[in-house]
Amino acid sequence: MVALFLLPLLLILGVSFFSRSTFGGIEMPLTLENYVRFIDPLYIKILWISCVLAFFTTAICLVLGYPFAYIIARSPASYRNILLLLIIVPFWTNSLIRTYAWIVLLRTEGVINTLLQQMGIISQPLSLLYNETAVLIGLVYTMLPFMILPLYASIEKLDRSLLEASSDLGAKPLQTFWKVTLPLTAPGIMAGSLLVFIPSLGLFFIPDLMGGSKTVLIGNLIKNQFLTARDWPFGSASSIILMALTLLFITAYILISKDKSGKELM
Amino acid sequence: MRHSLGSKLSVFYASLIYLFLYMPIAILILYSFNQSKLNAVWTGFTFDWYFKLMQNSDVLEAMKTSLIVALISTIAATMIGTLAAVGMYRYHFRGKTALDAMLYLPIVIPEIVMGISMLALFAQLKVPLGYMTLIAAHITFSVPFVVVVVRARLAGFDKSIEEAAMDLGATPWQTFVKVTIPVIAPGILAAAMLAFTLSLDDVIISFFVAGPASATLPLKIFSMVKFGVTPEINALSTLMLVVTLVIVIFAERLRMRKQ
Repeated sequence: MVALFLLPLLLILGVSFFSRSTFGGIEMPLTLENYVRFIDPLYIKILWISCVLAFFTTAICLVLGYPFAYIIARSPASYRNILLLLIIVPFWTNSLIRTYAWIVLLRTEGVINTLLQQMGIISQPLSLLYNETAVLIGLVYTMLPFMILPLYASIEKLDRSLLEASSDLGAKPLQTFWKVTLPLTAPGIMAGSLLVFIPSLGLFFIPDLMGGSKTVLIGNLIKNQFLTARDWPFGSASSIILMALTLLFITAYILISKDKSGKELM
Repeated sequence: MRHSLGSKLSVFYASLIYLFLYMPIAILILYSFNQSKLNAVWTGFTFDWYFKLMQNSDVLEAMKTSLIVALISTIAATMIGTLAAVGMYRYHFRGKTALDAMLYLPIVIPEIVMGISMLALFAQLKVPLGYMTLIAAHITFSVPFVVVVVRARLAGFDKSIEEAAMDLGATPWQTFVKVTIPVIAPGILAAAMLAFTLSLDDVIISFFVAGPASATLPLKIFSMVKFGVTPEINALSTLMLVVTLVIVIFAERLRMRKQ
């Protein structure tokens, strides 16, 4: 059963060392060329932009999600499950449909532009869609629940008496937050960040639909190498690079969280 | 005084986030009932887009594909996943930890890499893309989720009832069917429903492994959105939202019942 998903991955790893044949297949000789090719300013830039966008997605999700998770975790227990359920409900549904919903809102003849024009606030429609901000909105919208849930889990576990102790000892609310709440909920922050960051790198349809074709991310690059350019070896190499990056982040996460559980939190 | 201001701010902030989460979906549903072809000005209530949808043979075909694929892959993934969960719960063997870690691999690696690698595998094996590849891929990504859910249910399982059944003369198979399965049944059902919605909603992996004649509903929506935005897509999306929500809420209630 494990072979079912291990085999394809090994195959990709294998293909990434072959050369591309004239007709889009793979042929000998074995080469590192595909990886060397990736060290091109063009591709490095794509990877860099993908990481930057994923980073901003994660950061915005964290900033929006933290206070929200905190509010839910501190709300009366009888409401809590309902409030939480309301967060999960949208993410049970198709992420493509949620992306489409934003297109309906943002496009030139969309809901927001029409409303603003009718109210006389603007005379020309704003170009809200097909830029990087739109991609960012789409990503944040799709990923937000993945940030809120782990944050909620760790904030809910937080022992309130520690906060009281901190303020009894004279800490100001901000100090308590910075020195007690934040470090103690760090596992939630890290888990949430990981859950948001990794999928953000690969969601090719959000840049496709909301960014026009202007924003090429690593996910789009991989997709195009396989389906359009038919350069499987290079597409495979790009996938391996993406996966290596992912595993790097996961390993870092595991190491840090193990470290944290053992030692005094800083 | 300060407290009440704080709690008012909290309510306000939480409401804003809920608005952010629900407004796009609400607008999408609302405009599926709008007479105008533009998703902008409200001109009147209509069911037209739903009727149009029902006459669109491409959409009906995609709907059929989605349901067949979801049904078959759910049944297969639930069986495989349940057996794996029970096996891993009951037996200790070499390499269990490694297998355990491997099982979570499809949950953590980027979906696009999964999709690509399966496409590569099918191409190497010369399997033409279509129903078979779609179903195989959906089984693959559903199994780990089934294992996770069934295992959670097994965690509270009292092994002594299985032992009691065996002591009373039941064969291992009878014990499994008559004792183990009924006890973990809610978990299995919840897992099956999760697998079903995962399959029904999957975009990225299906995008790579579906053949030209086997587009699923999400893939159909994807290609429709690329051509332009019409209320028909709103209607289709609304239908998918409703179906997904009904299944998931039902599954959640099953899962919650054990607590």
